Amino acid sequence: MLTLTVSLYHYLILSAVLFGIGLFGVLSKKNAISVLICIELMLNAININLVAFNKYMTPGDFVGQLFAIFVITVAAAEVGVGLAIIIAIYRNKLSVNLDDFDWLKW
Amino acid sequence: MELLNSISWVAVSFHTLAAVVVISALLVVFSRNIVHSVFWLAACFISLAGVFMTLNADFVAMVQVMVYAGAVCIMVVFAIMLIRRRDMGDTNLFNGQTVAAAGVVALVIMLSGFLSFKSGVVVPPGPVPVNQVDSIATAMLTKYVIPFEVAALLLLVALIGAIFLAKEVKADADSDS
Amino acid sequence: MVEFALHNAWLVPLLPALAFVIIIFLTKPWPALSGLVSVGGMLTSCFFASLAAYGVFTNHKYAEEPLVYATRWFSAGDLKIDVGIQLDPTSAMMIFMVTLVSSLIFIYATGYMKGDPGYSVFFSYLALFGSSMLLLVLSSNLLQMFVAWELVGLCSYLLIGFYTHKISAREAAKKAFVTCRVADFGLLLGILSLQIVFGTLNLTELAEKINNFDQYTTMGMMTLMAVLVFIGPIGKSGQFPLHVWLPDAMEGPTPVSALIHAATMVVAGVYLVGRMMFLFHEVPSAMELVAITGAFTALFAASIAITQREIKRILAYSTVSQLGYMMLALGVGSLTASMFHLWTHAFFKALMFLGAGSVLHALHDKADVWKMGGLIKKMPITGYTFMIGCLAIAGIPPFAGFWSKDEILLAAFDNGNYVLFTMAAITAFMTAFYMWRLFFLAFMGEEKAENHPHESPWNMTLPLVVLAFFATVGGLVGTPWAPVWGEWIFFGHPHHVEPNYLIMVGSVVLGMAGIYLAYTLYLADKEKARAHALAKQYRFLHNLSFNKFYIDEIYLWFNHSIVDGAARLFYLFDIYVVDGILINGIAAFTRLSGEGLRVAQTGRLQNYALVFFLGVLALAVVLAFTDPATAFGLMTGGAK
Repeated sequence: MLTLTVSLYHYLILSAVLFGIGLFGVLSKKNAISVLICIELMLNAININLVAFNKYMTPGDFVGQLFAIFVITVAAAEVGVGLAIIIAIYRNKLSVNLDDFDWLKW
Repeated sequence: MELLNSISWVAVSFHTLAAVVVISALLVVFSRNIVHSVFWLAACFISLAGVFMTLNADFVAMVQVMVYAGAVCIMVVFAIMLIRRRDMGDTNLFNGQTVAAAGVVALVIMLSGFLSFKSGVVVPPGPVPVNQVDSIATAMLTKYVIPFEVAALLLLVALIGAIFLAKEVKADADSDS
Repeated sequence: MVEFALHNAWLVPLLPALAFVIIIFLTKPWPALSGLVSVGGMLTSCFFASLAAYGVFTNHKYAEEPLVYATRWFSAGDLKIDVGIQLDPTSAMMIFMVTLVSSLIFIYATGYMKGDPGYSVFFSYLALFGSSMLLLVLSSNLLQMFVAWELVGLCSYLLIGFYTHKISAREAAKKAFVTCRVADFGLLLGILSLQIVFGTLNLTELAEKINNFDQYTTMGMMTLMAVLVFIGPIGKSGQFPLHVWLPDAMEGPTPVSALIHAATMVVAGVYLVGRMMFLFHEVPSAMELVAITGAFTALFAASIAITQREIKRILAYSTVSQLGYMMLALGVGSLTASMFHLWTHAFFKALMFLGAGSVLHALHDKADVWKMGGLIKKMPITGYTFMIGCLAIAGIPPFAGFWSKDEILLAAFDNGNYVLFTMAAITAFMTAFYMWRLFFLAFMGEEKAENHPHESPWNMTLPLVVLAFFATVGGLVGTPWAPVWGEWIFFGHPHHVEPNYLIMVGSVVLGMAGIYLAYTLYLADKEKARAHALAKQYRFLHNLSFNKFYIDEIYLWFNHSIVDGAARLFYLFDIYVVDGILINGIAAFTRLSGEGLRVAQTGRLQNYALVFFLGVLALAVVLAFTDPATAFGLMTGGAK
């Protein structure tokens, strides 16, 4: 029969899959904004981990949740700055296609 | 009825939400239209808030909805709007290293999954205190007050930085391109 | 006062050194003052040296036991080097002679160099030169002696090349320096091997240890060391085959020539061999080498001097020849005779060089003796003092050269090597001949209308007179009837010679014969027809002699063919192997591998991120599947 249970592992696997999807996007999308979005996905995967560990390992204190909140804060800041950079680049290059940006050599 | 009782509602909601998270995340990546991607991103964030609820993390879930689903998604949409394109179709394509990236990602997922099982820590969920927000607030303003303040500072710096970066540049101070 | 001088002999080299420092740092802008400082320093030094010499020569214990004041210079492990002064009759005689002759030359130079733009600098060099020489003479330690030896070499370089605007002077300076360097290398090797074998460089200790060298080393090693040490004097004292620099050194101002050829520099080599007599004495083959080198050089240089035309060049070859004499005396084991000749030679050779300088001064640097004549009428002091010098070098009694030359001939004769004796005797004849040839051509005969000679000022003639005095009576300290010299300066046992009248008369006859031959050829014969005829008849020999046996040309040829050839070989090696393979090869490899690896640098962020994650994966695998300690070792490359 189908036993539908939930444990720490389930959360970890979910986290791993979400992180993988995000990483895939980061590595393979052309659009800079899309890459930024995928980074958010990866950060969220981390948050799942943090909160899940908080519940299963140290339910009494809220360190995991606290860190998740901090991650969210940092992510918000990062999105703000990241988008600003993208806009600045777009203004110069009239493109957000990462394939056009190959300055990172020599 | 027995069957119904034996079903843990938490488990059911987790699996459902997890499926939604994964599917919407996949759609974020695979949409060809960047605007659709952002919509799926919002869906993903909201269902992630649900996942947090199943972990008894109500406060985090709330923050998740407010910050991610609200602020971040809106900001991204604004950015897309600023980078004007007449046609939003085919705005979110793959680059040349998709296959290699897929390989690496598969390896990452496999390794993390394997390591999760290998660690072998089986812990039953403990009792969760009722008054979460109080506890978090106390921790944040006592033990973790310095990270808290640093985070505040970070936000301020990011705000100023973003304004500075995105500001309209004068013609004569333009970059050399 | 005498005691003070005796125990503070270090003042003797220090005072001229002080003069050098004062001139360089203080009085350089005022030439007259610089000259005064230099002369004053040397005269004071001469005063102390005389007192010290007086102290040594009135107390016979110093003949057996040298007075040594030394202090530790530095030590490194077993290597202990002292620095100090050693005062014994030999060095006392040397400091007296060097300071006296130097003082006179300095005084002379104040007149000779008048109006020269480098007047101050010249006197500072002179002072340093004198100081170095005195340090060399007084050294109690071989390394210290070597330092002074090199200082003397440096100063000679500076002084020979003093007229820097003359190319020939620069070339001569370089030649002197390089030639001496070649020789000094041998000396340095010799000193090093002495230190290695005997563990000390102090002359007194070395003498004791070498006395029974069987405990330390073999005969072969001793021979090697003696020969290596002898290479230094070959260069410094202008012995064949490294004599080539000495005649060229005439490019310097005349006081320098006098200083180099009479009192200092060149006799340093003879002095060193004399100082190291305890080493050579143990090695008969090295002694033979010294004797043969000396005798051959004496004859060889004399045969060149016969045909030279430039006044200073004749004197230079004469110096080489006389140095050969001294070496010969050392080689046959007579330190007494060698030092005696060094002493007398210093006076009459300085006299003749200063006389030559006076002539050049009067004739505005016209150096060819054939273009002079009758100078003695216009320059009586120079002329007559020069004649005394010529009499002395020709070995006419009672002038100084007679006694010392006689002593050398006697020593060679007593040694039983009649070949060397014959060579020395022939040299004596030739010496008289070429010196009087010079004298007759330059000072006697008809005056040349185009010359307007004039006598030199007092500060140039005064030294001439004083030197002429010493050249006359300087030999009386060592006559066979009253051999005072031999009781003080000797090696082994006090030296007493029986007067050998046969040799005495023979050498006088040889000298007279030389003078007479010169007279008939160059003075009696107004047209010099016979001289020219002889030169034509023996054209080959004449050319050989006039061109200095083509030694310079042989060296040049050697340089051009062999050294340049080797250099060309090394050049090719450098271009193709060092530059081609080692330098450009490595560069090309680096560039090519860089070109190859550059492809990996796509400049795309995502590409880098991909590789970055692969690395993260690898690290994670390592961390996950290995023991933490092993993983740590793997990551840090084994570092703890």
